[in-house]
Amino acid sequence: MEAVAALTVGVLVACGVYMVLRARTFPVVLGLSLLSYAVNLFLFFTGRLVTGAPPLAGGTAPTADPLPQALVLTAIVINFGMTAFVVILSLRALGELGNDHVDGGGEKK
Amino acid sequence: MNHLLIAPLLLPATAAMLNLLLADRGTGLQRFVSFCAVVVLLPVAILLLGLAGSGAFWVYQPGNWPAPFGIVLVLDRLSALLLLVTAIVALFSLLYACNGDDLRGRDFHVLFQLLLLGVNGAFLTGDLFNLFVFFEILLIASYCLSLHGSGPERTRAGLHYVVLNLIGSSMFLIAVGILYAVAGTLNMADLAVKVAAGAPEQATLLRVSALLLLVVFGLKAALLPLHLWLPALYAKGVAPVAALFAILTKVGLYAILRTSILIFGVNGPESILSGTWLPALALLTLTAGVVGVLGSDRLRRLIAYLVVLSSGTLLAGIAQFSVPGITAALYYLPHTTLVTAGLFLLADLIARQRGRTGDHLSPAPPLEQPTKLGVLFFLGAVSAAGLPPLSGFIGKLLLLQAVAPADAVWLWIVVLAGSWAGLIALSRAGSRLFWKTEGGRPATLPAGLPRLAPAAVLLGLSVAMTVFAAPITRYAEATAIQLLQPQDYIAAVLDRGKQP
Amino acid sequence: MNLLLILLLPLFGAVLPPLAMRLGSLASARTAAGVTTAALLLTAVPLLRVFNGIPVEARWVWLEQAGFDICLRFDGLAAMFVLLILGMGLLIILYAHYYLSAREPAGRFYGLLLLFMGAMVGIVLSDHLLLLLVFWEMTSLSSFLLISFWHHRPEARSGARMALAITGTGGLAMLAGFLLLAHIVGSYQISVILAAGDIVRGHPLYAPTLLLILLGAFTKSAQFPFHFWLPHAMAAPTPVSAYLHSATMVKAGVFLLARLFPALAGTDMWFFVVGGTGLATLLFGAYAAMFQNDLKGLLAYSTISHLGLIVLLFGIDTPLAAVAGLFHIINHATFKASLFMGAGIIDHETGTRDMRLLNGLRPYMPYTAALAMVAAAAMAGVPLLNGFLSKEMFFAETLHLNAMGSFSRLLPVAATLAGIFAVAYSWRFIHDVFFNGEPVNLPVYPPHDPPRYMMIPAALLVGVCLLVGIFPVYTVEPVLARAAGSMLGGPPPVFSLAVWHGFTTPVKMSLVALLGGLALYTQLRKLMAFHDRVVTMPDALTNFRIFIERVVETARAGTVLLENGSLQRYAVLLLLAGTTAVAVPLLFGDAPLTGPLPLSTIDGPTLLGAAVMMGAALVTVLWQRQRFRALIAFSVVGLAAAMAFVRFSAPDLALTQLSVEVVTIMLLLLALFFLPQQDRAESSPLRRGRDLLLALGLGTGTGLLTWGVLTRPQETISGFFTANSLPGGGGANVVNVILVDFRGFDTLGEITVLACAAIGIFALLDNLCLPPGPDEGGGRSWADERHPLVLAQTTRFLLPLALLVSAYLFLRGHNAPGGGFIAGLVTAIALILQYMASGIAWIRQQWRMHYHPVIAWGVLLALATGTGSFLFNRPFLTSAFGHFHLPLVGEIELATAMLFDLGVYLSVVGVVMLILATLGKLTGRCAEAMGEYWWKR
Repeated sequence: MEAVAALTVGVLVACGVYMVLRARTFPVVLGLSLLSYAVNLFLFFTGRLVTGAPPLAGGTAPTADPLPQALVLTAIVINFGMTAFVVILSLRALGELGNDHVDGGGEKK
Repeated sequence: MNHLLIAPLLLPATAAMLNLLLADRGTGLQRFVSFCAVVVLLPVAILLLGLAGSGAFWVYQPGNWPAPFGIVLVLDRLSALLLLVTAIVALFSLLYACNGDDLRGRDFHVLFQLLLLGVNGAFLTGDLFNLFVFFEILLIASYCLSLHGSGPERTRAGLHYVVLNLIGSSMFLIAVGILYAVAGTLNMADLAVKVAAGAPEQATLLRVSALLLLVVFGLKAALLPLHLWLPALYAKGVAPVAALFAILTKVGLYAILRTSILIFGVNGPESILSGTWLPALALLTLTAGVVGVLGSDRLRRLIAYLVVLSSGTLLAGIAQFSVPGITAALYYLPHTTLVTAGLFLLADLIARQRGRTGDHLSPAPPLEQPTKLGVLFFLGAVSAAGLPPLSGFIGKLLLLQAVAPADAVWLWIVVLAGSWAGLIALSRAGSRLFWKTEGGRPATLPAGLPRLAPAAVLLGLSVAMTVFAAPITRYAEATAIQLLQPQDYIAAVLDRGKQP
Repeated sequence: MNLLLILLLPLFGAVLPPLAMRLGSLASARTAAGVTTAALLLTAVPLLRVFNGIPVEARWVWLEQAGFDICLRFDGLAAMFVLLILGMGLLIILYAHYYLSAREPAGRFYGLLLLFMGAMVGIVLSDHLLLLLVFWEMTSLSSFLLISFWHHRPEARSGARMALAITGTGGLAMLAGFLLLAHIVGSYQISVILAAGDIVRGHPLYAPTLLLILLGAFTKSAQFPFHFWLPHAMAAPTPVSAYLHSATMVKAGVFLLARLFPALAGTDMWFFVVGGTGLATLLFGAYAAMFQNDLKGLLAYSTISHLGLIVLLFGIDTPLAAVAGLFHIINHATFKASLFMGAGIIDHETGTRDMRLLNGLRPYMPYTAALAMVAAAAMAGVPLLNGFLSKEMFFAETLHLNAMGSFSRLLPVAATLAGIFAVAYSWRFIHDVFFNGEPVNLPVYPPHDPPRYMMIPAALLVGVCLLVGIFPVYTVEPVLARAAGSMLGGPPPVFSLAVWHGFTTPVKMSLVALLGGLALYTQLRKLMAFHDRVVTMPDALTNFRIFIERVVETARAGTVLLENGSLQRYAVLLLLAGTTAVAVPLLFGDAPLTGPLPLSTIDGPTLLGAAVMMGAALVTVLWQRQRFRALIAFSVVGLAAAMAFVRFSAPDLALTQLSVEVVTIMLLLLALFFLPQQDRAESSPLRRGRDLLLALGLGTGTGLLTWGVLTRPQETISGFFTANSLPGGGGANVVNVILVDFRGFDTLGEITVLACAAIGIFALLDNLCLPPGPDEGGGRSWADERHPLVLAQTTRFLLPLALLVSAYLFLRGHNAPGGGFIAGLVTAIALILQYMASGIAWIRQQWRMHYHPVIAWGVLLALATGTGSFLFNRPFLTSAFGHFHLPLVGEIELATAMLFDLGVYLSVVGVVMLILATLGKLTGRCAEAMGEYWWKR
């Protein structure tokens, strides 16, 4: 299971990086989100892989590590804010610069 | 348990939200609220400096959960110093902004206060993930502020800044994740203990996280080759925003200084940061700054590259990881922050009086107030170039003394080259802006006191830093000594032993 | 204290003249003169002590960390220079008052002059290297402002910048040299360093130290090849040239040589470098001076040559040579300053300084002529004048030198040659200006003597030339003796100043020089013609301009090379840095990556989920150009992530992920309404290859890290949370308790980020109207006015249900998966469904309601909950909870944490609604724009 998890994170990062390096805003936005998914998964996995034991107090059985979950939740929320912002920013750029190139036109300024 | 520690966070947060409520109640009220918050922040920062000055560590536990389980705020000499610098820069940027720049976009005062919240939080927190959160606050606020006033140039620079920092945030989370996976904790002091006690088979992962953090903070601090977002952003941003941003790069350097010494124990043999990485980085950044300063055709751009230059200088001091080195850096830090902030404001004043030419270094109609602005410019230029007798010179002097001449020939050359570049570029700029005039007087109004005063005070503080160089340096030295003995910090946070 | 006063008086007095300007330029001049006189009077006390052979010292500790103390020392050498600086300053102020026209800002002039004066005094009084350096650079800066006093003239601006560039650079080199010197000796105090001369000379770092310091001295004293800034500094008003560029500032360099003489001199290196430079400058300056047509140009080059003479004397480094050098410093200052004044008067009265126009002025301005002629004679070294004496000593010294074997025979010859040149240009100065026929079309005609007071300074100086020249023993000898004594760091050497020592070789040399010079002058015209044909003097100013512009251009090119404004470039660099950070330890680390933890077996569903996730991610990349399809694939990734959270026992995360996913996708859809739907490939294959490589690199790295993490056993602090969640936090859902209690501080920050993002988005969309996308495919169908009634009805009916659900999620959040954030998102989604179904008209009505306050109240509520704990003197955000019994509902638990969570709920609703509603408003606005647009079609 560990290998598959590692592979998944790796693939997501790779896809994210590739998309981030595109020249248009939309793929860049998707790339950033893919990256954040990968990061969230990584952060989540720092609590190791525990199945069928949600972190509820009171029980006697060992549960999954709650702390990474809390961190990931925070991360997801922050990412949501950031993604929303960058999406709208790409629209603003479209309006101000007239096209959706990340540099607002040609390669050079 | 001293509630004063959380004031630097509650003040801006509350002010921001109040301003959000007052969004459509007219600017007067918003300005008042924002101003009050900042004005109160200054004495608070001074009081905190007094507390930290005793050499004790002050620990505050929001949620009243003991470290390492809860989040803690830690006030030591370093954080107190940076809080004070932030408060000063904030006050005068705000005063300047209230002349109308705050109306060039929506909710300026909300964003301004949120940025302060983020910066102050980053300086105070003793928890790595919480540091991430505060970084995100200051980043999102800085995104919004960098776009304040809109315009294509700003939007482009802003977009680049945002995308790069989003990538950076992902790296930050990975670094935090690794540390948690290895050490199972997030509190910096606890991390220090766990990392120090870490089994050798953890070394690889720890190094990855150390380097990733260096990259992330290096991006904020604008170290080569991660400085490329800065010139456009600082040159295009609205003047008071650019002035306020002078503190942002320092947040990155603060984080490097804090984490590298505390968590990864640079003095330990295991540390990867104690090698030649940082000095080399500092040299490269300095060089980039020198070249950029010389090659700038606009005043704002020139000042932006002065910021890069100062980042290199500061890192050069920090990278020594010695008392003299860090002392030099900590004297230089307030100097460069205040002076660059003042110069950004001054550049705006000058540009306003040069008609369409703006801050471009080409002939323009004579200024409306050549003498006033000229004196200020001369002051700022001498100080920024590090020429005697002003604070810049003292800072560079301390830095040059901090490294033995034998093993730092390159540093000497580059630092002196920095002064040389400043001398050449600023004398060129000054002569072109003030003297090489053409045509008659432009119909611009002279800048009133509300605009002149903030710039004047910020630049004047450089003189004050020269006069009071001795006490400031003494404080800086005490800070350096405190920083290089992390065990006291750890003891104070974990068993709150030294808590007064 | 007294010393400090001498120093501070001019420095701080500098502010007075500009203020006095309000009362007119005369008042301003008087204040300046007053300040100077006061400083001069103050020197009386220490002067007496110095003449009794006791130097006056003062010391204040200032900056221990930098070893930077305020050490002042008033010894013979300092005394001589202080008298020179202040005395000359006084005369210059008197002169300048008549020189400057009424319109000019005299206040600024006097202010800068005093500032310079103070800095100059500082240099000679400093007993501390760093202090000396500070004043050193201050003279450079103030001279920059003085040279550019007439900044409307291009040559003044460039001349000033060039002077600053050269002397400033020298100063920086000198700083390095001083630091090395202090490193060698272990102290910055000059008197200590002078005592440690042997250590310095013996140290391996002696050579670089000496060269760096000499670089500073030579640039300041305009030594060849750094001499070229001085002639161009003549663009300054003449009082400045007289004061800075003949009497004082250019003497700072030679002063430094004198000051550090005991520490640095006495080696072959010193002899050859200093002596050689001096000799070269002496000859070059004298030669070039002959060919100047501008009066001030002639004087400038002759100054260069005389400075070279002094440097050469110090280079010879015998006690008597040192005395001769000091003597010549005084003499040159007197006659050269008076000559400059004369040149200034002539310029002032005739309107030109060109010797080709100025002829036969003697009848028109007899007094000026007389003064200038005597001074020029002194410059030439005519007997009975002070110049003669020091030149005699110089000749004598060149004779007694045999350090260079046979070569040293050449030195007297060279000296005589320089003497010949000096006579030639001095005679030219006299003859061409005052005799030689009638003036040629002067701008101002007829010229006449200036007001008497303008001539007084020059007259006084000429008087000094005569007195010293005739009665050296009674005038200059005592000062000189003290100065030489403190320069050589011992008892003053025995030397005899007399007008006549008998018909010695030096006298013969002088004679040769005089006759030869006169002879040379007769041939000067031919020589000039020859010179102009053969030698072309480089125009330093143009070269300097070109050089600076070239530096700037290169720098700009270098900068743009890196900072090319392409985000892709910057991102690649950042990701490259990240890859290095990951790769280097992985590749070179010796520690094993894989941990000891046993691997867990994989089951079908998980594998399938993982496969779906990876597949979807890859498809997103493949379909990136068909953006809708890409978006669909992308949403699948998000869903798969939620599944993963479910699988690995994180229900809260799954719920959050799902709800966030929905909102994000909505956003992206709305965005696609404006963005182009298709996208053509534009990156070159090469660049795509590069990106692919980078992607694979970072992907592999992160994958390996994950592997390393997952295979390690973990010890963590989480046990504490699970243990204290119920007793301490009053909730069974540990994740939620962490969020609202243990680490509630994070959550506060998190909602702040959200709020800020919403505000920023609101600002971004403010008065932004976008053209509709080039091809508005699916995007339009639901942003349009027409809406399926069914959907509208169902959603209207769904709304209360959704709200109920969210309330339920909120309440149970503390104990079971749920919580304020998720509840908030559900509410928001329900509302947005309404919006999607009912469209723009509906949202318009909704628009009247503002979401800003909702956000604000939400965060404020959270803050208030936190601050509430102050009342119980608990730290911020300390939570409390209790169980209550409500009818119908039954046992219910209320915790302050829930209040906090309510804040979260409110702000989340506010944020999401604000974002989507604003965007909706935008789509609405532009949908209409587009409607019209279609109508016109």
